[in-house]
Amino acid sequence: MKLLSKTVLLSAAIGFLFILASCGQNGNSSKSGALSKSAAERVFVPPGEYDEFYAFISGGFSGQLTIYGLPSGRLFKIIPVFSLDAEKAYGFNEETKPMLETSYGFIPWDDAHHPDLSQTNGEIDGRWLFINANNTPRIARISLRTFETEEIIEIPNSAGNHSSSFVTENTEYVIAGTRFSIPIPQKDISIEEYKGNFKGTLSFLKVDPETGEMDIAFQILMPGFDYDLTHPGRGKSHGWMFFSTYNTEEANTLLEVNASQNDKDFIAAINWKKAEEFIKEGKYKTMPSKYAHNVYDETSHTATSTMKKGVKVLDASQLPGLVYFLPTPKSPHGCDVDPTGEYIVGSGKLAAALTVHSFTKMLKAIEDKKFDGEAYGIPILNFDAVNAGTVVQPGLGPLHTEFDGKGFAYTTFFISSEVVKWQLGTWKVIDRKPTYYSVGHLMIPGGNSRKPFGKYMVAMNKITKDRYLPTGPEVCQSAQLYDITGDKMELLLDFPTIGEPHYAAAIPASLIKDKSQKIYKLEDNKHPYATKSEKETKVVRNGKDVHIYMTMIRSHFAPDNIEGVKVGDRVYFHVTNLEQDYDVPHGIAMIGARTSELLIMPGQTETFVWEPRQVGVWPFYCTDFCSALHQEMQGYIRVSPRGSNTPLKWSLDGE
Amino acid sequence: MVSLQILYPFSYLRQVMKLSKILMLTAAILPLFLFILPMWSISLQAPQYPIPLQINIFITHLEGEQEGDIQNFDLMNHYVGMRKLPTEMVEFDIFPFVIGAMSLMGIIFALVGNKKLYLTWFIIMALLGVAGIYDFYLWLYDYGHNLDPRAAIQLLDAYQPPVFGTKQILNFTVRSYPSLGAVFLGIGILLSPVAYYIEKKKERG
Repeated sequence: MKLLSKTVLLSAAIGFLFILASCGQNGNSSKSGALSKSAAERVFVPPGEYDEFYAFISGGFSGQLTIYGLPSGRLFKIIPVFSLDAEKAYGFNEETKPMLETSYGFIPWDDAHHPDLSQTNGEIDGRWLFINANNTPRIARISLRTFETEEIIEIPNSAGNHSSSFVTENTEYVIAGTRFSIPIPQKDISIEEYKGNFKGTLSFLKVDPETGEMDIAFQILMPGFDYDLTHPGRGKSHGWMFFSTYNTEEANTLLEVNASQNDKDFIAAINWKKAEEFIKEGKYKTMPSKYAHNVYDETSHTATSTMKKGVKVLDASQLPGLVYFLPTPKSPHGCDVDPTGEYIVGSGKLAAALTVHSFTKMLKAIEDKKFDGEAYGIPILNFDAVNAGTVVQPGLGPLHTEFDGKGFAYTTFFISSEVVKWQLGTWKVIDRKPTYYSVGHLMIPGGNSRKPFGKYMVAMNKITKDRYLPTGPEVCQSAQLYDITGDKMELLLDFPTIGEPHYAAAIPASLIKDKSQKIYKLEDNKHPYATKSEKETKVVRNGKDVHIYMTMIRSHFAPDNIEGVKVGDRVYFHVTNLEQDYDVPHGIAMIGARTSELLIMPGQTETFVWEPRQVGVWPFYCTDFCSALHQEMQGYIRVSPRGSNTPLKWSLDGE
Repeated sequence: MVSLQILYPFSYLRQVMKLSKILMLTAAILPLFLFILPMWSISLQAPQYPIPLQINIFITHLEGEQEGDIQNFDLMNHYVGMRKLPTEMVEFDIFPFVIGAMSLMGIIFALVGNKKLYLTWFIIMALLGVAGIYDFYLWLYDYGHNLDPRAAIQLLDAYQPPVFGTKQILNFTVRSYPSLGAVFLGIGILLSPVAYYIEKKKERG
C-alpha cells in the first residue's frame, strides 16, 4: 500500500512537472504563432468570406480554363473554351456549336496553354482573358464580366500555337506563334526537305479597345525554327515582342537529339512598331489563307462562325529592321520580360545557367551593328553585346521566370524540381524551394505586367506521384502556393488542378468581382426563338421540323404537355429561362435525346434538338435543383406514328 | 458660410411671414414628397436571399428595390397560393388625388393663416392616415388569407405580412416599415399642431 501510494505521489509530481513544462512550451509557441501565422491560417478563407485573388489556370489538355481562389485553392468554375462541355451544353446546344468551328470543320477538343489578361498602361485591367489552343491554332477571348468564352479566332499558316496568347501593354495586340514550322502555304513536299522550305509565322491580332474583338492584323514570316514562348516588351521596350526559339538546327526527325546540337539558339526580337510601318507602306503580301472567326453574341445568346480569307504577311528575311536574333544558350523555353522592360530572361532548358539580355544593350548593339552573321537575312546580334548577366548554376532545366516587382525574379527548374529566387542586376541566388514535382510554369498575380502583386506565387507541376491519394494509373496534376513576401519563399498549399496546368493569370478580386454579371435581362434577349412570357409559348410545325417555344420558371415548364409530334420529326426545344433572379438557372433534358442537357441562365434562351424514334409518351425534366418543387418540374411529349393525324397541341395545366 | 447661405431664404421668409405660417406651409408641402418617394417598404430575407427581396409601395404603384424583385416576390408567394402583386389598385387612383387635395388645402389654410384651420387640417390628416393604415391592413389581410386552395404549400397559419414590424413567415424574415415618403408625411402632419400652438401662444402673449 505504502509503495503504491508513493508511486502515485511520485507520478503525480512528475505529471505536475510535465504540465508546468508544457505550459511553458505552450506559452512560447503561442508567442511565435502570434508573430508568424501558420501556413494553414494564411490559406484559410473562413466560410462565407472571399478569396483575395481570382486565379485563372489553364486546363491544359482538357481544353478549358479553370477559376480558382487564392489563397484558398478552391475551384469556382470551369469555363469551357476549346472542348465540349456536356454540363453547360457548350458545343452541344445549337447556340454554341459555331464556337468550335474551324477551317477544318467542327473540332470538339483542343489543348489550352497560356492565359493572359488584358492590360491598360501596362497594368492588368480586368476586362478580358485570352487563351490559346495549341493543336489547331486558335485564340479565345473570355469576358471577365460573364466569365464565358465570347470569341475564338483561328490562326492560319500556323501549327502548334504555343508562343501565345500574350498581350501587349495596352492590349494593342494578342500574339500567336508557330511551334511546328510547316510549308507556308501548305504543299505536298517531302518531309526531308524541311530545311529552308518550312517556315514559321508570328501573328499579331489587333484587339478592339471597346468590344475586345480580335482580327489578324498581320503575320511575320520567319525561318523554320520552333517558336516556343513569347513575352511583350513593356515600358521602355514597349513596341517589341520577344520569342524564344529552339530547333534552329531545322531538324525534322528525332528532335530530342537533332534539335539539341547548337550551342546557342535564339531569342527573336520583333519590332512590331516597325511592322506597323511596313504594313502602312504596303510592304506585305496577302496570302489567301482561310480561317474561322467565331463570336458569341450576349444579347442573342448565339454564336456565329464566319470564314475569313486572306492575311497580310511580312517576310522577316526581306525587311531589315523588323527582326533581330539574340543568341541564347541551349534551346530556350521561357522568354520573360521584367516589369521595367529592361531584362529579357531566356531559360535555356538544357543549359546550366540562366541568360539575361539587356534591352538597352540590344538597342546599342543594333545601332553599332554588332552582328555575328545572319540567319535567312536576319541579323544575329553579338552575344556579349546584348548579354546583361548570367545566373550561374541556379539549378537544372530552367523553364519560366516571373517577377515580384521588388527586384526579384523567380525561375522554375523542371529537372531539379524547384523554384529559385534570384536578384535582378546582381544575378545572385537568394533562395530555392522544392516543388512536388517537376514544375513547369509559375505565376505571380499580374506577373506579365508592369505592376505584379508580389504576395503569392503559384507553381504548376507536371507530376504528382505520391502527393495525393492514388486514383489508379492516372493521378492528378497540381498547383502549389508559395508566400513570397519574405526573403525566403514559403510553401503554403498544394491543390489538384484540372488537366495539365500550363500557365495561369491572376488578378485581385477587387478589380472584377463587383462587375460580375448576375442575370441576363429578359427584355434584352434578342434570340430569334426567345419566348418572353408564358402567353407567347407555342409549338410550330414546319414540315418535319417542330419548333417548341418553351419557357421555364419556378417550378414548371410552359407548355409541359405536347401532342402531335411524330416519329422521324426533328424537334427543336427553344427554351427560355424567364427567371430574373440571381443564381436561379434551370436545366432541361429529354429522354433519348442524343445530346447534352441545357443549363440556362436567367433571361437566356438555348436550343437542343431531339429526334424521336419510337412511338410513346416521353418525359423531360429540369436537371438543376432549382427550387422546393424542382422534382415536379417535368413534362411529357406524345409521339405518334409517322403518318398519323394526331393534332398538334400544347398546354400547361389544361390551358 | 455655405451652410448659412442656405438659411437666407428662410430669414427672408421670416421677414415677410410669421413662423407659424411658415411651419404650416411646410407641413402642407411635405406630403407632396409621396409623389416621388415610397410610402412603405416590405422586404423578405431568407438564407437563399441574403440580399432581401424588397417592394417599395408608392402612392401610385409598386416598385422592386432591385430589378426583378416584384417577379421574385410573386414567385415566392405563388407556392403558398398568394395572388400576384397588383399593377392596378383603386388606391393608386385615390391616394394621389387625396394627397394632392390635402396639400392644396393645407397651403390655402396656411395662407389664410387661421390657427383653427391648422388644427382642422391636422385632424383630417390624422384621420386619413389612420384610414390609410387600416386600408393597408385590409389589403395585407386579404392577400394573406385569400389564398389559392390548390397551392403547393398549404399553410396552417395565415401568410400575412405585418403592417408595421418584423415577423418570421416560413423561411422568410418579413420586414414592413414606413419609407422616406411616409416620414415626410408624418413630419408634415406633426408640424401643423406645432404651428397651431405657436400661434395660440403668441395670441395669449
